[in-house]
Amino acid sequence: MDIPKDRLYTKEHEWARIEGNTAYVGITDYAQASLGDITFIGLPKVGDDVKQAEFSATVESVKAASDVYAPLSGKVTAINKELAAHPEFVNKSPYDKGYFFTIEISASGEKASLMDEAAYKSYVEGLSK
Amino acid sequence: MSYVPHTQEEIKAMLKTIGISSVEDLFGDIPRGLRAGSFDLPTGSSEFEVTRRLKKLAAKNATGLVNFVGGGFYDHFIPAALDALVSRSEFYTAYTPYQPECSQGWLQAIYEYQTIICELTGLDVSNASLYDGGTALYEAAMMAVRHTGRNKIIVDSGVNLIYRTMLYSYTSNLSVEFVEIPVVHGQSSRDGLAKHLDDKTAAVIMQNPNFFGAVDDHTDVVERVHKFGALAIASVYPVSLGMLKSPGEMGFDIATGEGQSLGIPLSFGGPYLGFMAARQELVRQMPGRIVGATVDMDGKRGFVLTLQTREQHIRREKATSNICSNEALCALRAAIFVALVGREGLKELAENNYRNAEFAKDTLAKVSGLEVKRSSPTFNEFTVLLPKPANEVVYRMIEKGFAAGFPLGKFYKGMDNYLLVAVTEKRTKEEIRKFSDSLEAVL
Repeated sequence: MDIPKDRLYTKEHEWARIEGNTAYVGITDYAQASLGDITFIGLPKVGDDVKQAEFSATVESVKAASDVYAPLSGKVTAINKELAAHPEFVNKSPYDKGYFFTIEISASGEKASLMDEAAYKSYVEGLSK
Repeated sequence: MSYVPHTQEEIKAMLKTIGISSVEDLFGDIPRGLRAGSFDLPTGSSEFEVTRRLKKLAAKNATGLVNFVGGGFYDHFIPAALDALVSRSEFYTAYTPYQPECSQGWLQAIYEYQTIICELTGLDVSNASLYDGGTALYEAAMMAVRHTGRNKIIVDSGVNLIYRTMLYSYTSNLSVEFVEIPVVHGQSSRDGLAKHLDDKTAAVIMQNPNFFGAVDDHTDVVERVHKFGALAIASVYPVSLGMLKSPGEMGFDIATGEGQSLGIPLSFGGPYLGFMAARQELVRQMPGRIVGATVDMDGKRGFVLTLQTREQHIRREKATSNICSNEALCALRAAIFVALVGREGLKELAENNYRNAEFAKDTLAKVSGLEVKRSSPTFNEFTVLLPKPANEVVYRMIEKGFAAGFPLGKFYKGMDNYLLVAVTEKRTKEEIRKFSDSLEAVL
């Protein structure tokens, strides 16, 4: 299970990688492996406001359609347009080519409620027990 | 499967096995007041008695009238080959025939239906069909609401009132706002549209030909709609597309319509056929199912349900629509109908409708007191102004053997003296002349 150190995680298996006031958002390796082959990603629009722990995107796989919650609140500044033609990027490269969107962080204090790599790792291990 | 009900002995044996004394005991948990009482059914009748009774009731319908009624549903010829093919048990008795390993024939038929709808409408993708023209239009409106994230919908009042009523009732508990643009001289009003079109508009809905029969080129309307980031939806009459500019050519994003005119008999209550086609980028918002072509592990061409994710299987509460089904047998009729008449045949069919209607216009124009409205070009349906209420005239014409048309006062205020007359390829010159003579006598 790949869990990079350079980002923060939610219990719903989203990640946020922070660059200044921008956060890249995606789903974790654990999430993509649980969903199976991903067939479609319904992304928000640039300019949409997303709120921490609230609906921001939909992932559809051969098994299920699942909501993706925003790890942090903010305004969507860009979406990963590649995913429309290549939903498999989320399976193959969940932390890089398979990112979902970027936001301009509006409440940086929210970061405190997210898990770091070590905390998320033990959280995921707890799930499989 | 046997449909013979259980015998008294079988019922007794089953009751004994589960340890209760009567069928009534099975419903013991339901308070008596909520249980069904006696259904008070008469004793059974023999097959002969039932047939005689039903025939007597059926004879009350006036089925032999020469038909000039349209209003969204049209009296077209249906070739005998169509019924013969559709009644094959492989098609007729199959239930949810979508398993690719055993339903290649059915899946191919639906794929061909979708291809036909795409070619007729000039759009990229068609679904496997919907219930009828009205539900298809409602689904299109909701696609636009989801796609744009807006909730205002502008509807031209030339859209069939049945469809408008369905739009309003389906959305009565959703936060969708409708604005109706009144038609001017039977045509969609560009000024009316400009007044209401804004950046809160999700969609603009037009019908072509509109309810008064008027044919329009909505290219300019669509351009304006797109400037505001809204979607343009067209409700169309498929037979007319044999000669008219398609919704795709006009730039529309979604086209829907009633497919009854493609080989489905007129009947009170259906089943009819809703069709829907859209641009590729809207495919994920489409309700229902889509059949696609693919290759199997040996590289042979085959057909599968490509898109069914909006339904119960995967998306469940996230589904885009409650539509989990389609009108497979009616869609098959449409596909066979178009295949039977062919590309050139469909053009000829449309042209014959148009020519017959023009002949009827010229003939009726000679009836004293009757005015044929000619403010717009029409396809096979047009409006006439009568010197007395159209409703009255229709009743008098039934006595003469004609279903004379649709009295527009039923749907539009202040139009009591207007009659909507449809003339399909089935109407002969002789019928049209007699129709005209009878009108002359009645007025």
